[in-house]
Amino acid sequence: MYAFQYHRPASLGEAATLLGKLGDGKALAGGQTLVAAMKLRLAQPSDLVDLGGIAELAGIQADGDALVIGALTRHADVAASADVRKRIPALAHLAGGIGDRQVRAAGTLGGSIANNDPAADYPAGVLGLGASVVTSQRSLGADEFFKGLYETALKPGELIKSVSFPVPKRAGYAKFANPASRFALIGVFVSQAASGAVRVAVTGAGNGVFRSAELEKALTASFTPDAAGAVKVPAGSCNGDLHASAEYRAHLVSVMAKRAVAAALG
Amino acid sequence: MGANIPNGIGASPRRKEDQRFLTGAGNYTDDINIQGQTYACFLRSPHAHARIRKIDTQAAAAAPGVVAIFTGADLAEAKVGGLPCGWLITDVNGQPMKEPPHPLLAQGKANHVGDQVAVVIAETYLQAKDAVELIEVDYDVLDAVADVATATQPGKPQVHDIAPNNTCYVWGHGDKAAVDKAFAGAAHVTTLEFRNNRLIPNAIEPRAAVAQYSRSEDAYTLHVSNQNPHVERLLMTAFVLGLPEHKVRVIAPDVGGGFGSKIFLYAEETVITWAAKRVNRPIKWTCERSESFMSDAHGRDHATKAELALDKDGKFLAMRVNTKANLGAYLSTFASSVPTILYATLLAGQYTTPAIYAEVTGVFTNTVPVDAYRGAGRPEATFVVERLVSKAALEMGIDQAEIRRRNFIKAFPYATPVGLTYDTGNYEATLAAATKIADVAGFPARREEAKKRGKLRGIGYSCYIEACGLAPSNIAGALGARAGLFEAGEVRVHPTGSVTVFTGSHSHGQGHETTFAQVVAERLGIPFESVDVVHGDTGRIPFGMGTYGSRSLSVGGTAIMKAIDKVVAKGKKIAAHLLEAADSDIVFENGNFKVAGTDKQVAFGQVAFAAYVPHNYPLDKLEPGLNETAFYDPTNFTYPAGSHICEVEVDPETGVTKVVNYVASDDFGNIINPMIVEGQVHGGLAQGIGQALLEQAVYDYETGQLLSGSFTDYAMPRADDVPSFKVDTQVTPCTHNPLGVKGCGEAGAIGSPPAVISAIIDALKDLGVKEVPMPATPYRVWQAIQSARA
Ligand SMILES: Cc1cc2nc3c(=O)[nH]c(=O)nc-3n(C[C@H](O)[C@H](O)[C@H](O)COP(=O)(O)OP(=O)(O)OC[C@H]3O[C@@H](n4cnc5c(N)ncnc54)[C@H](O)[C@@H]3O)c2cc1C
Repeated sequence: MYAFQYHRPASLGEAATLLGKLGDGKALAGGQTLVAAMKLRLAQPSDLVDLGGIAELAGIQADGDALVIGALTRHADVAASADVRKRIPALAHLAGGIGDRQVRAAGTLGGSIANNDPAADYPAGVLGLGASVVTSQRSLGADEFFKGLYETALKPGELIKSVSFPVPKRAGYAKFANPASRFALIGVFVSQAASGAVRVAVTGAGNGVFRSAELEKALTASFTPDAAGAVKVPAGSCNGDLHASAEYRAHLVSVMAKRAVAAALG
Repeated sequence: MGANIPNGIGASPRRKEDQRFLTGAGNYTDDINIQGQTYACFLRSPHAHARIRKIDTQAAAAAPGVVAIFTGADLAEAKVGGLPCGWLITDVNGQPMKEPPHPLLAQGKANHVGDQVAVVIAETYLQAKDAVELIEVDYDVLDAVADVATATQPGKPQVHDIAPNNTCYVWGHGDKAAVDKAFAGAAHVTTLEFRNNRLIPNAIEPRAAVAQYSRSEDAYTLHVSNQNPHVERLLMTAFVLGLPEHKVRVIAPDVGGGFGSKIFLYAEETVITWAAKRVNRPIKWTCERSESFMSDAHGRDHATKAELALDKDGKFLAMRVNTKANLGAYLSTFASSVPTILYATLLAGQYTTPAIYAEVTGVFTNTVPVDAYRGAGRPEATFVVERLVSKAALEMGIDQAEIRRRNFIKAFPYATPVGLTYDTGNYEATLAAATKIADVAGFPARREEAKKRGKLRGIGYSCYIEACGLAPSNIAGALGARAGLFEAGEVRVHPTGSVTVFTGSHSHGQGHETTFAQVVAERLGIPFESVDVVHGDTGRIPFGMGTYGSRSLSVGGTAIMKAIDKVVAKGKKIAAHLLEAADSDIVFENGNFKVAGTDKQVAFGQVAFAAYVPHNYPLDKLEPGLNETAFYDPTNFTYPAGSHICEVEVDPETGVTKVVNYVASDDFGNIINPMIVEGQVHGGLAQGIGQALLEQAVYDYETGQLLSGSFTDYAMPRADDVPSFKVDTQVTPCTHNPLGVKGCGEAGAIGSPPAVISAIIDALKDLGVKEVPMPATPYRVWQAIQSARA
């Protein structure tokens, strides 16, 4: 790790101002990605702006037909939240399957989606539920937020405040964990809104979370495991690496979609 | 045997060492800090193969806190040698193996990713690390070779000029003509071609060292995370640094796991020992986890073709094995012996196969050196034998247990065609026990039930044997060992009758402080609490060979037993004097010296006291004191063996394998502490299942880059990857050591991989799957299913 300056602002405004001012500063949430990258000397921010002291960033609130989860809410808190478990159990399940106990106790929703790791779980939940990402400057739809490999629509200095998840009629998440890292080798999040609209988000397959038009079409016609399992996902939409070929990932997308639908139907 | 005292032999007291380990009071190498200490950081080659044109250290030398920088040129100038290899292999033509230099810091060429190129010594570790980044190396990147299967083909990049076609040796073992003849007349031949996957040891405590030079004494002290401090010292002083041994003290304090990877003499601790005098400051080096992936010796990495010839009834007639073994870029300390002496000699397994021939090619590649890792050669041999047997049974339609029973060795001693003589064993007993505990009879019903859930259930067997208790020195010497393989033990009785035992064995997780204390307490009839065990310090213990190859109790324990015998013999003479009886009338029982046939007796503690306060003592005949040392060189290896039965469920949709039941019935001879033995088996099984399902060091064969260079890509087994094990022991005492013990440290890792793989194949056989590679990751199992269906 290289040396850096540490800041701990008390408000989101102050944090945004600091980040605007500091050339090479970075926000620090749970540190589960950022600190590890710094220890490996892969990241070398001049300044760390710790969001841990900003009360307004944490917590889970019901807001009409949505659940609003603060950016600094830990994975463990989402997994254990009675509200989330009751209204979007698939999201609680997703959060409870991230990393291990220590990671879930420290890692945050905001940090996860700001980082947008192509194998992370939360991006699938945010995109699969069609959530809105509320930042220090604006509100962004999930479809415009994720921009590919580790890229988001966030501008320099822009901070995530919360994510507003519309409560679906039903939803499910199925994750096939990479045997080594236990990130998603493939994760599929499916949801069906009260209106009947179906969204399917896939993580782990490509350079970033994406929606599967084929699966959404099939599940709109028939929201059943068999309908999902029958969809042949093109291998071209998937990456191959030492853990899995593109063909295997594409196959797993169908299988995980099938299991996610089964989970959604309970 | 049987406990005469509480916590004696056969009892399972809590481990003495766990008090400090579990309360954070362990004293590991990185915990040691010496006044004035500096820190070392190594510059490692990012390339697998590169000529070093120039190293510019100017900017680094000027960086804050830098004390010194050394490169290969400095070591060459100081005439510091390279690392030695401890075992000479002689090839099929009678020629010695090729031994290229193994420099401490690269001499003109880097040969693997992670090869040490330079070292920076600075006031803090971060300063050293910062300065390393400022060293500029002008590399001329060369083509690399990493795949053991193809590295010996003509035209491949050459790792060492002195080893054409990257061949260190081609070694043959067994009677080739007899094997060829048997194959010619065989009713059935089973053929197997496979890779034994490359593993990265990953002890929880990374390697670490603190080197100190004292100008006043002109002597060195090296603390190092190591399994055999005396061997470390001998190799370092006599073969590399040219220092007198008595001027170097090597201390291996608490060590957090080794699994073989801390047997070896490595460059880093050698460089800092040398440099400690140059800079006249203590130097600490602690390996980072990412560094350990590319600098700790790896394990396994074989490409093998094996054949088994059988008669029409499934009797084994002969076995033929051809293995290419990856040695990596340099010969690590015992690298040459692992795929030869520790491998081919085990190919008889538990069976009466009359003729066996193995040919092993030791291969240099641009990868991290490969050396002994838990089991060392024996897991590889067991995989060959047990996969061949399982496959043959399947091909011939013979029951898996039945084919094994038909071929078991039943009479002992038994001389195998590959050079070992098994002293004792009862293979039927462990197979019968495992079969019963695994409820093999109920398997078909479980398979049907699993099918209803969409899961394919399979069962796999492994009847392994290993040679432990290294080793009769004369046999090892004849086979090329350059060191003795005895062990030393000293029993120091204190005046009030408590005892300190000094052993050349080293404990780095095995619990010697407990097990050895149980043995001594039982034999001397004194409380378990009155015995402490000291190990790991060349300044305190007699010259001993350390711990590896499940040798500590059978060899180290025997040395202690011999020392105890001397203590008792002397004690009898003292007691005879105190009791006014003849020496020959004294017997030692339950901690008392007695005049046979009378009630006259004197307690062990009283004899000890008399030895040190010799007011009433036969000083004319006997020296005072009660302190005895013994060295023990075993007369044979020990042969732990057992039967493992593994049951898996495969999800054919995803390829995921779950080990749902695992039974190990092992014969380790007599058992001193059943709890510790069970723990050793559990750990070994987790490692073996890790090899079978998860672990794989992946190199890019073109560039020689290590692709699985962190836990993100290298899958270690976790608690939920293994089932709750069912372990059992059957006992045939070893016939040639006084404790009747055989060793249990490696069995789990040796026996389990073929049991797991065979279980997967059994699960998938109806789909037409005949082989699955190790590790059988979900992806590879899915691929195997796909290609069988295609
Ligand atoms: C061992 C291990 C296993 C893991 N397993 C999984 C897994 O299975 N699935 C999974 O999805 N993830 C996994 N993770 C990652 C984990 O979920 C992290 O919590 C997440 O990636 C980052 O969240 P964080 O709060 O730790 O963010 P940090 O590391 O603190 O920050 C990450 C990035 O986000 C930025 N950032 C943080 N908060 C904000 C904000 N409010 N606004 C704007 N930018 C912000 C930071 O500046 C930084 O660039 C694992 C991590 C580890 C260490």
